[in-house]
Amino acid sequence: MKGSLFGRFWPNATAVVLIIGFVFPVYWMFTTAFKPTGDIISETPVWFPTDATLEHFRTAVAADHFWTLVRNSLTVTILAVVLSLILALAGSFAMARMRFKGRRGFIIGFMIAQMAPWEVMVIAIYMLVRDNDLLNSLIPLTLFYLVMILPFTVLTLRGFVGAIPKELEESAMVDGCTRPQAFRKVILPLLAPGLMSTSLFGFITAWNEFPMVLVLNKAPETQTLPVWLSSFQTNFGDDWGATMAASSLFAVPILVLFVFLQRKAVAGLTDGAVKG
Amino acid sequence: MTVQTERPASRPAVVTKDPGGGPVKRDSRARRARLAPYLLLLPAVAVTLIFLGWPVVKDLSLSFQNLNMRQLIQHLTEWNGISNYKAVLTSEDFWRVTGRSVAFTAVNVVSIMVLGTLVGLLLARLGRRMRVALLTGLILAWAMPVIAATTVYQWLFAQRFGVVNWMLDAIGFHSMAEYNWSGGQYSTFFVIIVLIVWQSIPFVAINLYAATTTIPKELYEAASLDGAGPWKSFTSVTLPFLRPFLFATTFLEVIWVFKAFAQVFAFNEGGPDRLTEILPVYAYIEGMGNQHYGLGAAISLLTILILLGLTSYYLRLVLKQGDDEL
Repeated sequence: MKGSLFGRFWPNATAVVLIIGFVFPVYWMFTTAFKPTGDIISETPVWFPTDATLEHFRTAVAADHFWTLVRNSLTVTILAVVLSLILALAGSFAMARMRFKGRRGFIIGFMIAQMAPWEVMVIAIYMLVRDNDLLNSLIPLTLFYLVMILPFTVLTLRGFVGAIPKELEESAMVDGCTRPQAFRKVILPLLAPGLMSTSLFGFITAWNEFPMVLVLNKAPETQTLPVWLSSFQTNFGDDWGATMAASSLFAVPILVLFVFLQRKAVAGLTDGAVKG
Repeated sequence: MTVQTERPASRPAVVTKDPGGGPVKRDSRARRARLAPYLLLLPAVAVTLIFLGWPVVKDLSLSFQNLNMRQLIQHLTEWNGISNYKAVLTSEDFWRVTGRSVAFTAVNVVSIMVLGTLVGLLLARLGRRMRVALLTGLILAWAMPVIAATTVYQWLFAQRFGVVNWMLDAIGFHSMAEYNWSGGQYSTFFVIIVLIVWQSIPFVAINLYAATTTIPKELYEAASLDGAGPWKSFTSVTLPFLRPFLFATTFLEVIWVFKAFAQVFAFNEGGPDRLTEILPVYAYIEGMGNQHYGLGAAISLLTILILLGLTSYYLRLVLKQGDDEL
C-alpha cells in the first residue's frame, strides 16, 4: 500500500513542477502584455494582473508598418505551405504507392535535403537574390521557404499515404475509377489529418524564419514579423509591456492552431518527422 | 539522383515489345505508367534541386573569391584560389568558434535527450488527467515561435524587474538581485541553453511517449516471468524497443541545435564581445556584418562539412537500410 502511494506521489509532484516550468514563460508573456506599466516595473512581481490594460497592444499595433508586416508574413507563409502541399502530394503518392527504379534514391535525397543548413547559406542566397534584382521582394522568400518545408512535407505525407490501405484504392479502380479519380475520391479525404499536420509544421517553419529575411529584406515595409519582433526592443527600449504584447500577437496564431490540431498533428509525427 | 526512364515499370506485364508496331494504345499506356512516378516527383525534385542546389553551388564559388564591399558594389569577380580557406583554417578564431559550437551542441543535445526521455517516460506513468495537463504544457512550449520565445526569455532574465533575478534574490542569492545575464559568456549561454532545451524537450517527450504506447505488453509480461525488476525490464524491453527512435531523434536534434542561429542572434547578437558566436552566427557576422562575403562563404561551407561530419554516422546507417524499410 505504502509503495503504491509513494509510487504515485512522486510522478505527480514532478509533473506539477514540470507543468509550471513549461507553462510559466507563456503565462508571463501574456500577463505582462496586459499589465499596467506600474505593475511591470515593480520591485516584487505582480503574479496575477488585477486591472488589465490594452495599452501595450495599442502601442504594438500602432508601430510603423505593423499591418504591412502581418500581411507579408501571412502571404509568404500561406503561399509556401500551399505550394509545398501541392508538390508534395504528387511526389509522396508516387513514393508511397509505386515501385520504380531510383525510388530509394529519391527518398534519401529528400532526407538529405531536409537537413539543409539554410541558416548557413544566407550569404550565397543574398548574392543570388541581389544578382536577380529581387532584394526586398516577397518572391524569393516564398520560393526558399517552399523548398525549406518541402522535403519534410513529402516525407511525412508519404507516411500518411502509405498508411491508407491499398485495397480501398484498388476497389475504387475496379468500380471504374481511373487512378487520378481514385486518388481524388478515396485517398484525398482520408489524408485530411496528414495534410493538417504537415501544413501546421510547414506553417511554423515559414512563420518563424528569421536569418533570411534579415539579410534579404532590409526595407522595413518588406520584412516579416520575426525580424520586426527581434528589433522591437531596440526600437521601444525597455518597454517590456509592448514587447510582450507584440510577442503575444506573434505567437497567438500558432498557439491556437497547435492546441486545436494537437492530437492529429502529433499522431503523424512519429512516422514522418522522426524517420526523416 | 538521375531520373531513369528506360527501365521496366512497376507492372511489367503491360509492357509490350512488338516490333511490328503492336497495339499502339497499350504501348503508350505502358509508357505512361512507367513514366508516372517520375512525372509526379518531377516538380518537387526540380524545385528542390534548383533552389537548394543553386545556393550551395553559389556558396562554393563565392568561397574561392576575394569578395568584399568594393568588389560587391562594382560587381567584380576576383578569384583568389584557396586563400579564403587558408585564412579561415589558420585563424585561431575559427577553431575557437568551432570548438564552442561543438560543445554547445553537445550540452544541448545531451540535456534534451536525457530530460526529454525522462519526461516521456513520466508521461507514460501518469494518470489520464495529469498526463493531459502535462501534454498541454509541453505543447505550449513547443508551439511558441522561436523569436517570441527568445523575447520572453529576455524578459524573464532581464537585469531589472526580471522575474528570475527576483526569485533568486528571494530564495537567498542576494547577489543575483540585479544580475546581468547577457553580460558574460557563460551566463548568456546558460539562458540560451535553457531556452533551447525548454523548447526542444516537448518534441522528444511527446514522441517518445507515443512510441512507448506501441510496445507490446507481452514483452513486459515475459520479462517479469523471467524475474526482471522494473530497472531490468526497462533496460531489456523499453530501451531496445526505443533505440531506433532515440537514434533518429538525437540526429535531428544535433542538426537543429547546431544551426540555432535565431535564438543566439536574437538574444544577444553573439555578444558580449562576440563570445557566444556559434558557427552560423560567426559566418553571418564575418560575411554580412563585416562584409567579407568570400570569407563568410568559406566559413559556411566548412560549417556544412562539420555538420556532415557530425551526422555522417547516422547518414551511413540510413543509406544501409533495406529498400522495404524506407
